[in-house]
Amino acid sequence: MIYFKYVKMALKSLAQYRLSLLLTTIGQLAATALAFLSMWLLFDRFGTLDGYSFGEVALTFCVTLTAFAFTECFFRGFDTFSHMIRQGTFDRVLLRPRGTVLQVIGSTVEFSRLGRLAVSVTMLLWAIGNSGFEWTILKGVALMLMLISGVFIFAGVFILGATVCFWTMDGLEFINIFTDGAREFASYPLTIYAKRVTQFFTFIIPYGCINYLPLTYITGRSDNPLYALTPLFGIAFIIPCFLLWRWGVRHYLSTGN
Amino acid sequence: MRAYAGMFRMKFIAGLQYRAAAWAGISTQFVWGFALIMLYQAFYRSSSAALPMEWGQLVSYIWLQQAFLALIMLWSQDGDLLSQITNGQVAYELCRPYDLFGLWYFRLLAGRLSSVLLRFVPVIVIAMMIPSPYRLVLPPDLGAFGLFVLSIAFSSFLVVAISMFIYILTFITLSSVGARLAVGVLSDFLMGALIPIPLMPDWLQRILDWLPFRYIADLPLRLYSGNIVGADAFRQIAVQMVWLLLLLLAGKLWFNRVLRNVVVQGG
Repeated sequence: MIYFKYVKMALKSLAQYRLSLLLTTIGQLAATALAFLSMWLLFDRFGTLDGYSFGEVALTFCVTLTAFAFTECFFRGFDTFSHMIRQGTFDRVLLRPRGTVLQVIGSTVEFSRLGRLAVSVTMLLWAIGNSGFEWTILKGVALMLMLISGVFIFAGVFILGATVCFWTMDGLEFINIFTDGAREFASYPLTIYAKRVTQFFTFIIPYGCINYLPLTYITGRSDNPLYALTPLFGIAFIIPCFLLWRWGVRHYLSTGN
Repeated sequence: MRAYAGMFRMKFIAGLQYRAAAWAGISTQFVWGFALIMLYQAFYRSSSAALPMEWGQLVSYIWLQQAFLALIMLWSQDGDLLSQITNGQVAYELCRPYDLFGLWYFRLLAGRLSSVLLRFVPVIVIAMMIPSPYRLVLPPDLGAFGLFVLSIAFSSFLVVAISMFIYILTFITLSSVGARLAVGVLSDFLMGALIPIPLMPDWLQRILDWLPFRYIADLPLRLYSGNIVGADAFRQIAVQMVWLLLLLLAGKLWFNRVLRNVVVQGG
C-alpha cells in the first residue's frame, strides 16, 4: 500500500539524525511516565476520585494516552497542516492523482512519538493487569473498540483543526484546546467534571464514547452490554469531519508562492 | 552595562509585538486552569482527611501558575538563539566585544518579561471575577503579597539562570531538541507544574527542597496564598537567592569554557 511507502521514507530520513531521535524519544518517554506518576501521586494523597478507584482511572488514563499517542504518531500531518498551506505545498498535493487525506497523512510520520506510544501501551497493559476487574470477551472487545474509537476521534479533531486552515491560512493555536486540552480532560472519567463539560465532551466531541460510557460496562457498574458498543459512535465522528475537510478542499485558495 | 540595557530594551519591545499569540495563549491557559480546578474539586470532594492545602490556596496556586506560565516554563526558549548555535551564525555573536553570557542573559530575561507582561493581567483579572469555587482570592495580607512580588522577581532571574544551561548543552550536543525537551519535561514535574508540590508525599517534598526548581514556581505561589509564612518564608527566599547566585556563577564559568572550545558549524 502506498501509505507504507510514506512510512518507510519518513523512517529513512530520520535515520540521518540518530542522536536527536534518541534524545527526543527519551524526553517523550519521561513526559508520559511523569504524567502517570503525577496521577498516582494524587491517588496516594486523596485515596479515591469521586468514587473511582485508582485502577479504573488508570485504565481511562492509559486508553486516552495510547489512542492519542497513536494518532499523533501517524496523523500528525494534519496537526502541522498550516505549514503546508503557508508554503503552498498543498498545491502540489492537489496535482497528484491520489486522495488528499492520504497524502497529508503521509507527509509527516512522527517516529519520535513512538517512545510515547511504547510507554503508553506498556502502562495500558499494566493497568489492565492491575485493574482488578473480571475480564470477559465482551469487555476485551469493548476495550479494543475504545482504543480504535479514540484514534478515530483524535484524528477527526486533527482534521477539523486542519480544515480551519483553509480559511485562516494559519494554524489556530486555540485548536490545542480540543486536542491537547481534550486529552487532558478525557484522561479522567468525564463524570467528575461540571455537567456542561461532560455534555460537551459527549455530544459535541464524543470523548464520552471512549471514556465513561464503555467504562461503566468494563468496571461492572452496569450489566447492559450496549454500553460496550458505545465506542462505535465515536468512530462515526470521523464522517462529518471528513465531509467538512472535502468541503474545505473545494474552497481552498492557494497562498501563491 | 549600557549594552545590556540596550539589548534588554530591544528584545522587550520586540516581544511586546506578539499580541495575537498572547491571546491564543491566554485562552488556552484558561481552559487548562478550569480543567485542573475541576479535577482537584473532584479529588477534594472525595477526601475527608486533612489536606496540606486549603481550597483557596490550591485555586490561587493553579491560576497564578497559568497567569505566569510564560515566565516560569523552561520549555519555552529563544528559538532564534538556539538555531544560531546549531547553524553557525553564532560566529557573529562571538565577534562582539561584549560578555556574551551577560548579553544573552538579558536577552532571555527581556523575552520572558515581555511575554508574561502581555499575558498575566487578563488571566488574573478574569480569574478574580468568576464565581466562587473557581475564583482567585486576594492574598491574606499585604505582607504575603509583598513577599510574593519579591519572590517572583527572583524567580524570573532564576529561571533565566537555569535556561542558560540549555544553551550550553546545545553548544555541546549541537541539537537543541534534546536539551530543551529533557530540561523542560523534568523541570515541569520538579517545579510543581504537573501537580502542586504540597500535595506530593512528604518524602518527595524533602527531595525537591534540595533542588532549585521549586524555587521558580512553587515558592512564590505559596507565599501569595499564605501557605508559607513567617520565618520560614524569609528562610526560603534566602535559599532562592543562594540558588540564583550559585547557578549564575556555575553557568558563567561553564559557558566561558564551552566558548573556548566552540566549533562553528557551517560556512
